[in-house]
Amino acid sequence: MKIITVTNLHKFYQETEVEVKAVNGIDLSFEEGEFTAVVGPSGSGKTTLLNIIGGLDKPSSGEVIIDNVNINDLSSSRLIDFRMNNIGFVFQSYNLIPVLTAGENVEFIMHLQGRPKKERESRTRELLEAVGLGDRINSRPGKLSGGQQQRVAVARALASKPKFVLADEPTANLDSKSTENLLEIMEKLNREENISFIFSTHDARVVNKARRVIRVEDGKVISDETKELKK
Amino acid sequence: MIWIVSWRNVWRNKLRSSVVIIAMSLGVFAGVFTMAFYRGMANQRLKSAIKTEVSHIQLHTPAFDKVNEIDNYMDSADVRLAYIRQQAGVVNASKRLIVNAIVNSAEKGSGIELMGVDPEKEAEVTDIKEKLIAGSYLEDLKRGKPIVIGEKLAEKLDLKTGSKIVVGILNVSGQPVYYQYRVGGIFKTVSTVFDESTAFIRYDDILQMTGLPEGSAHEIAIYMGDTQDSSPLANLLKKTYPGLDVKEWREIMPELGYLTETMDVYMYIFIIIILLALGFGIVNTMLMVILERIREIGMLMAVGMNKLRVFMMIMLETIFLSLTGGVLGIITGAWVSVIYSTRGIDLSGLYGKGFAALGYDSVIYTVIQPKMILGVSLLVILTGIAASVFPALKALRLNPAEAVRTDV
Ligand SMILES: Nc1ncnc2c1ncn2[C@@H]1O[C@H](COP(=O)(O)OP(=O)(O)O)[C@@H](O)[C@H]1O
Ligand SMILES: [Mg+2]
Repeated sequence: MKIITVTNLHKFYQETEVEVKAVNGIDLSFEEGEFTAVVGPSGSGKTTLLNIIGGLDKPSSGEVIIDNVNINDLSSSRLIDFRMNNIGFVFQSYNLIPVLTAGENVEFIMHLQGRPKKERESRTRELLEAVGLGDRINSRPGKLSGGQQQRVAVARALASKPKFVLADEPTANLDSKSTENLLEIMEKLNREENISFIFSTHDARVVNKARRVIRVEDGKVISDETKELKK
Repeated sequence: MIWIVSWRNVWRNKLRSSVVIIAMSLGVFAGVFTMAFYRGMANQRLKSAIKTEVSHIQLHTPAFDKVNEIDNYMDSADVRLAYIRQQAGVVNASKRLIVNAIVNSAEKGSGIELMGVDPEKEAEVTDIKEKLIAGSYLEDLKRGKPIVIGEKLAEKLDLKTGSKIVVGILNVSGQPVYYQYRVGGIFKTVSTVFDESTAFIRYDDILQMTGLPEGSAHEIAIYMGDTQDSSPLANLLKKTYPGLDVKEWREIMPELGYLTETMDVYMYIFIIIILLALGFGIVNTMLMVILERIREIGMLMAVGMNKLRVFMMIMLETIFLSLTGGVLGIITGAWVSVIYSTRGIDLSGLYGKGFAALGYDSVIYTVIQPKMILGVSLLVILTGIAASVFPALKALRLNPAEAVRTDV
């Protein structure tokens, strides 16, 4: 089932003299259950593309349709609710509220959604266990390593039961061991829970883990390949 | 949960928050304590003015009320006194005859207001007897009739107890008469003006001097103890004696009535200025906080915190910050004020003399009232809310896409 359709997307930034074409005509669609990497050198437009798909930024032209909803048509307050209920976000850094514990960080978004306490608590525990941090539920982010923080961020992104998770260079600040570990967890969640991940990276090792690889350069898609599932 | 986040955020930068909180508590402490101090001062001034000078209620003939002329007296003062003493709230009442007089010592003279009083009753209405610094209160003297004068007048005319003085007045027929008295006692009140211009002799002696009939009085003064509310009795007396002028202390010395009110106003202005200054400090701190947390706030907006919640979060943090300092200030201010409400603050070393001239005690007992604490608390809360609006609005203007970009 198609969950995201992007048509004829453009995003221009007007710098003092020159116009930067961060996204310059992209058409894409994403199915449920994908595990997709958006790959490209720095400045190629990955962040801009993911931000527009995630409704954090408005395109200069073109459409993003998520689950039959054209998100450009949503008012800004509806858009916030739409993001909260449909999209999970993992950023490169600053994912967590430093004054809340790992558990509270995961719980927070369910709190915003108005979920009952019982459900929040049990889901928080489940998710932290799923990312291998069941024992760190009461630790504040400052007491966790970068890799552990990103795993909490993944758990947090899943807490709201989103349709898909957007992760903009989630491993950029991690060492290779933590990178591998985070990707394994994401892959496992994708495989076992059928959660769709779209993540950007310019790290070749990360690219290898993806099933679908979309290469962008200068705001354009230059290749889009899906590997056959092999055991 | 937003409350928890906001509260914990207050403590994120402990040093910075502590500075703000300490500044806030010092400011509020100063406000509360100063307020308690001035309130104490005003109350003492009020009490002593009522006790020593004006009493709670005074009765005069309407004519005397306009001009202090000897003819403008009321009759049957003793019958009236008997009635007044039966009324609820009355501690005692006394009759007085009041004439303008000239007193002369061997070398100098001075104009005064001469009061003829019934020594026993007067002692229960005013506290001149307790303010004696020498001699006795209108008791019999071996040689001559007693007069009690103030310290200032004694200094001015070089008088001691036992000194002879001549008192001259115009009697009821308009003739000048001169009588010799001996200084029986010297008093010192908080008001030097009063001490310089008032002297007391016995009622019987003044009757003799003036030639007024027995039972006449220019004034009946009623003392009601520590209360400041004399209106019910005043209203009753107005009905009972439609021919007399009944005045409460507020009307006799209007500045006393305004004293506490104006002081309250000044104090609130003072506190508002302090809070205004502190408020700007808080705004500044919170703007720094937001600048530091752009990415975090952006992330929160990205994952689903709407504008109202972001606004609330920043607002609550600002209010917590102000309230913590404010509450500390109120508690310490009230606590110190309570300590000094019994111990008293002795200012005699600083400006005892100047204070006395204005009618104030040199030892001030602070007075702290729930009303004050409530007022200051409200102002502190208002400051917190006011100081939070601008930073909170600033936070709303963040664009999450910009805020979460890590590569720019
Ligand atoms: N807010 C902005 N204003 C101007 N130019 C921008 C802005 N954001 C991104 N760009 C430009 O758009 C292009 C694409 O940036 P970005 O999407 O961050 O690429 P990537 O994430 O692949 O590094 C870059 O040239 C970048 O400088
Ligand atoms: Mg990027």
